[in-house]
Amino acid sequence: MNPIAIKRINRSLAYLCLIVASAFFIIPFIWLLSTSLKPLTQVFAYPPEWIPHPFLWSNYSRAVEYIHFWTYLENTAIITIVSTLGVIISCPLVAYSFAKLEYRGRGILFFVTLAVMMIPGQVTMIPLFLLFTKLGWVGTSLPLIVPQFFGVPIYIFLLRQFFLGLPDALREAARLDGASEFRIYLQIMFPLAKSAVLAVALFQFMGSWTDFMGPLLYLTNEASYTVSLGLQQFQSQKGSEWGLLMAVSTLMTLPIIVLFFFLQKTFISGITFSGIKG
Amino acid sequence: MAKLADSVRVNTIPSARKQRALRKTNVIGWLFASPWAIGLLCFYAIPMLMSIYFSFTTYSILQPGEFVGMSNYIDLFHDPLFWKSIYNTIYFTVFFVPLSIFFGVALAMMLNMKVKGMAVFRTIFFLPTLVPQVALAVLWMWLLHPNFGLVNGMLAHFGIDGPPWLGGEAWSKPSLILMSLWGIGQAVVIYLAGLGDIPDEYYEAAQIDGANWFQKTRKVTIPLLTPVIFYNLVMGMIGAFQQFTLPYTLTKGQGTPANSMTFYVMYLYENGFRYFKMGYASAMAWILFIIVMALTGIVFITSKRWVHYQGK
Repeated sequence: MNPIAIKRINRSLAYLCLIVASAFFIIPFIWLLSTSLKPLTQVFAYPPEWIPHPFLWSNYSRAVEYIHFWTYLENTAIITIVSTLGVIISCPLVAYSFAKLEYRGRGILFFVTLAVMMIPGQVTMIPLFLLFTKLGWVGTSLPLIVPQFFGVPIYIFLLRQFFLGLPDALREAARLDGASEFRIYLQIMFPLAKSAVLAVALFQFMGSWTDFMGPLLYLTNEASYTVSLGLQQFQSQKGSEWGLLMAVSTLMTLPIIVLFFFLQKTFISGITFSGIKG
Repeated sequence: MAKLADSVRVNTIPSARKQRALRKTNVIGWLFASPWAIGLLCFYAIPMLMSIYFSFTTYSILQPGEFVGMSNYIDLFHDPLFWKSIYNTIYFTVFFVPLSIFFGVALAMMLNMKVKGMAVFRTIFFLPTLVPQVALAVLWMWLLHPNFGLVNGMLAHFGIDGPPWLGGEAWSKPSLILMSLWGIGQAVVIYLAGLGDIPDEYYEAAQIDGANWFQKTRKVTIPLLTPVIFYNLVMGMIGAFQQFTLPYTLTKGQGTPANSMTFYVMYLYENGFRYFKMGYASAMAWILFIIVMALTGIVFITSKRWVHYQGK
């Protein structure tokens, strides 16, 4: 066989493998969308039908009404945005001090930070619940927001690794010009770390948006539910309304997919960076 | 004299200034670190110490509880559901983590081929990782529905009578493994980055030596990928042991059928927040910590034998 033919066969084989594998990943999505638009009678059709008939867009409006979706969405958005803001304010600041500032006790503080990263969240879960009960915060979103303003160890660690890679020359120059340490951070170093901060912000955003255990523990009254918690409650009460359940699942996934298409590079580089440096 | 006085001043002022400067850098450093110093204390260090103490008491949110020494730990060792939850968690870890490494590496190698339209394929593989866990659970409950689900519908097409999936004691954990494999896109991204770091020269050299595809994969790709496999192995194990949202949503927090879906953290949550046995739950949390540390430690120790870093 000549080399060109071999190449062609190889390429066809490659595409075949890719297409078979993609089917496993894409079919559930198609099924999700398809079910979300089906009338109940067709949902339980056997054998399964792919194309909704008719396209029942009202599934979405019914689902949204049934579970107070807009309230849940608002709650989720507030928790997500404010906690991400907290991470952006606190984590780079602390990470910068670990990477570039010299002070007594820095080594110990950093060592303890690393140690804390190894502790599973379940260990502190119960005492934190009691703390927030004492503060009267259970039933509000404060337990899911306030800690982020005081730093998250894994993010601090990742950002520190990033700051370590930035040259000192700029800092020295700015210091000779009489800039204060905080100004150097805010006007020079923070902007330089923008890409890493964006990646960390994205992790927090995703984490908050999709979090289930936090809301399950702390959001005890229905008016404060997030979409995750709302969907889980809906499922456990109305388990066979598959059309509506798929509609809510689609609605809660959509914002993340939109975000992904805008910030694709950040998603990928963030994961890669945490995989290599972590 | 004037000269001498000058030189004395020159000598003393810097050291005083240096000390002041040193104090200043200390103050500034701690100011920068202060949010985390407070956060570390309030949200990590103190809760951890409290958690150790609780694990030796019968503490619950309803009553102060009393010190009972090791009895929570001893009770756990006689609690059949505790062992069941460990069995379930280990079962999941033992099957899911190796499978995710195998399929993750295979997918990454496929996505690393140089053919047209790869960006589209890469996006398709990544999309499932964007689905929130609760939505993922609900979607797969529907896909794996024993009577009306798509999977059994397709199997019936080939004349196969599909299993009960999440409804059957033997099939519930394999179902969970299947749906977790759907979301391995993040690991694939890391493997892809690892593949990108392997220099082309190695493959060219292997080519000249007459190596075929299998030999290149076995002798070049896999060994040079071991650092990222190692990372994903450790993270995968830690994640598998903390599994909560999927089984909780799939079983409405019940662990059904026949407790085959009661995972470690689910049972911990149940003890702490349904029965308010917070001392008992704290003891479970520390046992979890010990298990995770031991596993990570073992992987780290063996890693010297199988992880190859480039340039070493």
